Amino acid sequence: MEELANLFHGFAVALQPFNIMVMILGIVLGVVIGVLPGLGGANGVAILLPLTFSMSPTSAIIMLSCIYWGALFGGAITSILFNIPGEPWSVATTFDGYPMAQQGKAGEALTAAFTSSFVGALFAVIMITLVAPLVASFALQFGPAEKFAVYFLAFCSFVGLSKEPPFKTIAAMMIGFALAAVGLDSITGQLRLTFGVTELLNGFDFLIAVIGLFGIGEILLTMEEGLAFRGGNAKINLRVVLQTWKELPAYWMTSLRSCLIGCWMGITPAGATPASFMSYGIAKRVAKRGNNFGKGEIEGVVAPETAAHAAGTAALLPMLSLGVPGSPTAAVLLGGLLIWGLQPGPMLFVEQKEFVWGLIASMYLGNLVGLIVVLTCVPIFAAILRVPFSIIAPLILVLCAIGAYSVHSSTFDVVLMLVFGVLGYLLKKCNYPLAPLVLAIVLGDKAEEAFRQSLLGSQGSLGVFFSNALVSSIMILGLIALFWTAIQEGYTRLRTRLA
Amino acid sequence: MYRSILSIAFSAAAALGASSIAASAAWEPVRPVEFIVPAGTGGGADQMARTIQGIVTKHNLMKQPLVVINKSGGAGGEGFLDVKASQNNPHKIIITLSNLFTTPLATGIPFNWKDLTPVAMLALDEFVLWVNAEKPYKNVKDYVDALKQASPGSMKMGGTGSKQEDQIITVGIEKASGAKFTYIPYKGGGEVAVQLVGNHVDSTVNNPIEAIAQWRGGKLRPLCVFDGKPMAYDEPIADGKAWKDIPTCKSQGLDMEYLMLRGIFMAPKATKDQVAYYIDLFNKVRATPDWQEFMKSGAFNTTFMTGDDYAKWVETEEKRHQVLMKEAGFLAPSN
Repeated sequence: MEELANLFHGFAVALQPFNIMVMILGIVLGVVIGVLPGLGGANGVAILLPLTFSMSPTSAIIMLSCIYWGALFGGAITSILFNIPGEPWSVATTFDGYPMAQQGKAGEALTAAFTSSFVGALFAVIMITLVAPLVASFALQFGPAEKFAVYFLAFCSFVGLSKEPPFKTIAAMMIGFALAAVGLDSITGQLRLTFGVTELLNGFDFLIAVIGLFGIGEILLTMEEGLAFRGGNAKINLRVVLQTWKELPAYWMTSLRSCLIGCWMGITPAGATPASFMSYGIAKRVAKRGNNFGKGEIEGVVAPETAAHAAGTAALLPMLSLGVPGSPTAAVLLGGLLIWGLQPGPMLFVEQKEFVWGLIASMYLGNLVGLIVVLTCVPIFAAILRVPFSIIAPLILVLCAIGAYSVHSSTFDVVLMLVFGVLGYLLKKCNYPLAPLVLAIVLGDKAEEAFRQSLLGSQGSLGVFFSNALVSSIMILGLIALFWTAIQEGYTRLRTRLA
Repeated sequence: MYRSILSIAFSAAAALGASSIAASAAWEPVRPVEFIVPAGTGGGADQMARTIQGIVTKHNLMKQPLVVINKSGGAGGEGFLDVKASQNNPHKIIITLSNLFTTPLATGIPFNWKDLTPVAMLALDEFVLWVNAEKPYKNVKDYVDALKQASPGSMKMGGTGSKQEDQIITVGIEKASGAKFTYIPYKGGGEVAVQLVGNHVDSTVNNPIEAIAQWRGGKLRPLCVFDGKPMAYDEPIADGKAWKDIPTCKSQGLDMEYLMLRGIFMAPKATKDQVAYYIDLFNKVRATPDWQEFMKSGAFNTTFMTGDDYAKWVETEEKRHQVLMKEAGFLAPSN
């Protein structure tokens, strides 16, 4: 009950006119940041952090978290319209969002994405409000072995449930792992596969790879197909929002499942990216129209977006209660908290009640404001597709180049992006799936790190992955997901034999 | 954009007011200054750099904006090489941590601190030996006894990075106590502290700022500080204990001292005037209450050095790191 009173007090703080203004400003800035691929939420928040030093800590965190919401919403726009995911967790949104846009259903896809984001985030905020203290102690149980198990599950649920030829999936994934291995080996502290080239010290950044593979690769494909930019006949009025809303309740099961996956992945904290991939993979297998996934199925937009946003929101909880950021953006917010003299950790909820509940209240309001802002803009975004390709393609190229440059302020990355573009084009021509490659680049080095940390701790024994109930059950879930097709086949055969 | 317009407006106003006095002033930045952080966002060096950026903006200490850029690739090697390659560019400064020495030694990248121009030592960061508060070890002796009884390698020490400061201290503890740890490297100090709270490792050597929240929350217990004298801050943090009440490791029979440099360097071939400008700037930063508050929150050792003193200190530290890392077998084959 006391929590509820605190929350209402928080609403009173967040609803002050100045804070509402700050909220809207934050959302708009965030959408702009999200639309620019590569700039990303983390960089955007870092750049704008000094702007907030003159505000009170509560207004400042409201502004920064609204930039965060805005960036989350904005990331979906370029994924759907141009097949360029601005953030790692938007990759899975492109699988069905972009085909929808090509079929002239950009408005529907955007509405579904924005609404799902809202639902996911709302679910996570409600969970934070109700069970914050319980969740914090759950997160403490996660050592390296448990973390590896979660990554393992993410890989397995994506690969085992995919319908691509398994060898092409594995080949693409191995290319991803090889790319992820370049750079500093964080366990031994030595350089790997850099061949003395100093530009490779940092390894291959995920964002550069994705901007190239998806964005540039797509432009090359479209050029080959004769410069026709499909999707120009998108409906551009607000009625499309209402029509889509009528369809969405049918996918409540997918939504709920994605919310749970997202919250769980956000708290552990594995982050929004594995959550979106895992949720998409499971939805693809379980959904009635799962066979149509990848061809422009609205459910294929709902699943990853809901999970990504539930995870992104839930990730703020371990940051506040434990001081461990669940995402890069959360890490920058953490730096901000310290500058304002707030010490995240177990005592924050006790000593800084006004701040914490002001932040939680602003999550509710910021999300709602964000939804309204982006939904009213759906027709404008969809109208972008009416611009002739010969005008929009150079603009996308420039946008991609700026995005790639801004990741590390390095021109080498722009060249790298073009190389990845050609690679993406070739892989698509040969029908290799890009998603496993991307998944391996994003999670490859994290999974490797957790794996080796666990083995260091267990002095080389693989038994550590089955050493307690938590880690064993996640590992077993992963194995079931990996061999799902075989299990299903075996079950059907067994039934026919018995019958 | 917004910020640069603001700063142009400010600098125009300042220039009008100061034009008569400024005639004698020496060098000043004429475009935005890049402040390189050779580590990721959210870590100790990053926090310090962003605090400085905040102080400079808030108190209007520079006419040009100060822009923080993270170049963390290759354990910071990316940042150091970037500044090394920017000779004659006085608009680039870098904040260092111990990876100034450890990264070139462990990876063999073509870099040495002598490639850069030393500006000033801002502070030294302390290291404290932490254990989980649920564990029975009340002091260093209890802990060392437990270490000696455990089979070698079964006790786990968590730390930030590999072949960097945390692991160097771990090797120092092993030498001083005769015990053997399994060292597990993590990405950041905050994560290390939480792994200790969750009992996934047995001890850590976190910096004060990384573990203070867990100490205040009653989850962790400090055993000793790896400094020659106790820390200066006497405000109680937890159980009526202050940073000052943590004994030095040496006084507890664990003979290891280690402090980490938080210093500023600039690009090669900087002139005296340019170095003087930044020394003056950091003196102004140090005088603000915000900086003093920050020093207190992280229990920093506030030693300040410039010029030859600073260069000499860095040189001594480099030699020490060479010895420590050689003994630990951390040197890259090419070194």
